[in-house]
Amino acid sequence: MSRLPIAIFLGFALLPMAAAFGAETYLLDLFMRVMIFAIAALGLDLLVGFGALVSFGHAAFIGIGAYAVAILASHGINEAWISLPVALVAATAFAYLTGTICLRTRGVYFIMITLAFGQMAFFLASSLAPYGGDDGLTMHARSTLFGLSPFKHERLFYYIVLACLVGCYCLCRALVVSRFGRVFRGARENATRMATLGFDIYRYQLAAYAISGTLGGLAGFLLANATDFVSPAYMSWQRSGELIIMIILGGLGTLHGAIIGTLVYSLLGEWLSGLTENWKMIFGPLLVLVVLLARGGLLGLAAQVAAWWRKQHAEPQA
Amino acid sequence: MSMSLLVVQILNGLQLGVLLFLIAAGLTLVFGVMNFINLAHGVQYMLGAYLAVMFYTLTGSSLLALVFALLAALAFGLFLEFVVFRHLYERDHLDQVIATFGIILFLNQAVKYVWGAAPLSLPIPELFSGSIVLLPGLTYPIWRLVIIASGLAVALLLYILVSRTRLGMLVRAGANNAPMVSALGVDIRRLFMIVFGFGTMLAGFAGIMIAPILSVEPGMGDTILILAFVVIVIGGIGSIRGAFIAALLIGLADTLGRSFSVDILRLVMAPSPARTVGPAIASMLIYLMMALVLYFRPTGLFPPKGR
Amino acid sequence: MTAPVLRLEGLNKNFGGLAVTRNLNFEVAAGELHAVIGPNGAGKTTLINQISGLVAPDSGRILFAGRDVTALSVPERAALGLARSFQITSILPGFSVIENVALAVQARVGSSFRFFGHAAAEAALNAPALAALDEVGLSKRADALAGQLSHGEKRALELAIALAMQPKLLLLDEPMAGAGRDESRRLIAVLSRLKGRFPILLVEHDMTAVFALADRISVLLYGQILTSGTPDAVRADPQVVAAYLGEEME
Repeated sequence: MSRLPIAIFLGFALLPMAAAFGAETYLLDLFMRVMIFAIAALGLDLLVGFGALVSFGHAAFIGIGAYAVAILASHGINEAWISLPVALVAATAFAYLTGTICLRTRGVYFIMITLAFGQMAFFLASSLAPYGGDDGLTMHARSTLFGLSPFKHERLFYYIVLACLVGCYCLCRALVVSRFGRVFRGARENATRMATLGFDIYRYQLAAYAISGTLGGLAGFLLANATDFVSPAYMSWQRSGELIIMIILGGLGTLHGAIIGTLVYSLLGEWLSGLTENWKMIFGPLLVLVVLLARGGLLGLAAQVAAWWRKQHAEPQA
Repeated sequence: MSMSLLVVQILNGLQLGVLLFLIAAGLTLVFGVMNFINLAHGVQYMLGAYLAVMFYTLTGSSLLALVFALLAALAFGLFLEFVVFRHLYERDHLDQVIATFGIILFLNQAVKYVWGAAPLSLPIPELFSGSIVLLPGLTYPIWRLVIIASGLAVALLLYILVSRTRLGMLVRAGANNAPMVSALGVDIRRLFMIVFGFGTMLAGFAGIMIAPILSVEPGMGDTILILAFVVIVIGGIGSIRGAFIAALLIGLADTLGRSFSVDILRLVMAPSPARTVGPAIASMLIYLMMALVLYFRPTGLFPPKGR
Repeated sequence: MTAPVLRLEGLNKNFGGLAVTRNLNFEVAAGELHAVIGPNGAGKTTLINQISGLVAPDSGRILFAGRDVTALSVPERAALGLARSFQITSILPGFSVIENVALAVQARVGSSFRFFGHAAAEAALNAPALAALDEVGLSKRADALAGQLSHGEKRALELAIALAMQPKLLLLDEPMAGAGRDESRRLIAVLSRLKGRFPILLVEHDMTAVFALADRISVLLYGQILTSGTPDAVRADPQVVAAYLGEEME
């Protein structure tokens, strides 16, 4: 693992100690949510950054994972070793089934159909009257693990989420350089060539799509426990759009860019919304500018700055 | 389930369909000719509604409000095109999605800033207020009929424009192969601007027409935008005919689905689960339709040839 | 006599109203380098696309290595040993040269659903890749980014990729297209070395290459095979001279 990701994770790890100096609960909560969304963003970066599959319905996986936890909780089932697998399986199954249809399409049709399935999940949740419908569902107890309640302790929960994030990051890294990852990335470069080599790209893309669903489901499980609440809004297309923005902001196809992007997006939103209630009027154009000017996101920008710096300080040739 | 209820809902479905067509037509044209995904198209629709309210408050005349709002919506659309959109035509779809998403955020908030978050309303023009009797025991609001009629009129106008005029031919050629049209010496920038302006006006017009019956509020463009995208995807991106057929299909399916889903399900299951499952299926219905169409025809029902 | 490695029976393909392939019967014998020539618009690329599976014929059969592959997809045919190059070079520009070839090796050895391990470092994939690069003279550029290769080097890379597949039949779609004199000579030299190792179907315009390499030549005209035979026979055939060679030979 190169230096930057380690620095990021170290930063997250040290935060609770810095936070102890004031506003601990607020900061822990904020950064925990950042990490949770970063897990989902990693899955999305896998698809978009490495496979050029622009999924506009990614928030659905988070929502499904979250609802799995909440629905089970409403029936009195709080044990994590039940609700976590259910959340993961539900999200993965949804990803796999919708993937079989979505992956038959290309380009903008793919974007639209993933959006459609995201909307379907949204409306399905909205119409589940016994589970809150539009208003959402409150969870009265967080998940337990063999009788213990690790998610009730802020700091412990925080480090559990951090561990999940690091784990998912390592998983994604391994995936990308593996044989599987190479075929998946090759399909983005030149799908025809890959087919003439003998690779049935569809199977690889479907597997990647399912895996990204699993990551989303994990994020949903953690989110439900973090907020004690689930609502259809978790799956809105605006949320899916925000996830795409997060990974682009950081830098597509770098994995740790997804984490950085999520961090910056969330912190920026928090900061701006504290300044004025019309913060979206600043945020919106900011996004447009980022897209128009900062190709490669923040990491790309940083790389450009670093290259320029190096040129300025290069040793003159003898 | 009475006959008159069915007729009313069919008319409502047509009205929704026509509205969707007005919005989808601009969307599919812009996408077909300029290969530009414009998520902010829904905001044009919203702006049309807000401008109609504003000009009505200023002038007190429905007709003046219509005209001024249309012109203002067009002006604003062209302004957006000039400042932001034309820099995005060369970018890939992802960039376009993000940038126009940013515009949505900005404009939804701006509208809240200027007009407040509370829903506004616009009275139906005097001439068309009230209902008429279509069949014995069946009355229907005149304004809704006006919407249907004007939508069909626009559809006819578009048909004539696209298939009978030189401009329309250029548009069709552009939807097929824009670089080629440019290479043939046509001022592609001007063509793009005309197409975009037209699409913007259509969306604004839809907003103006719907303002009297819907509450005008921030974010009203977002849901209808998604529906419009579903329409153009089912219809085939770049095809006006496809947009028309798909819009009517979706308008009818959505309206009839929502009204009668519970009743239809009651034929096969008990009332109580039907009342839960019905609305759920109804709300998902058009997305299920889109998934089905894309499964069998990954490029929609009537994709322009050469795509 | 051993069975032909490729056999086309009654192939037909229409685009709109245009018959691009008309009742085409054709064979590539085991071990031979069979060239297909014909004027532009004769349907050469469509022919290759039908053989490799990118285009589905309207009717007719394609038999490859004894199997009816007419209904098989592109990857399925590739997995059976059908390799091809493209007229406009088709490689993975963002990958390194050796990774381009290693992927071909990976496709051949199977088990690509491995989620762990560093694929780019696998000797089992890189060694055969390097060997293939050696054959075409690109081993010195193994770590270069494929997108930065010169036009001729990219052509050579495509050949290396095809070699790494250890094909039962190699389809070459106008490999000399756009090549300068030196590059053509180098390519002809490489192809002469590869001749005989596996059957090659060479679609070409460049007559120097065709007559230098081909064991047999077939002439494609308006979607049909006009005649097939040895280079000398074809060169002398008056029909061919009239229809095609008369314009091409300078």
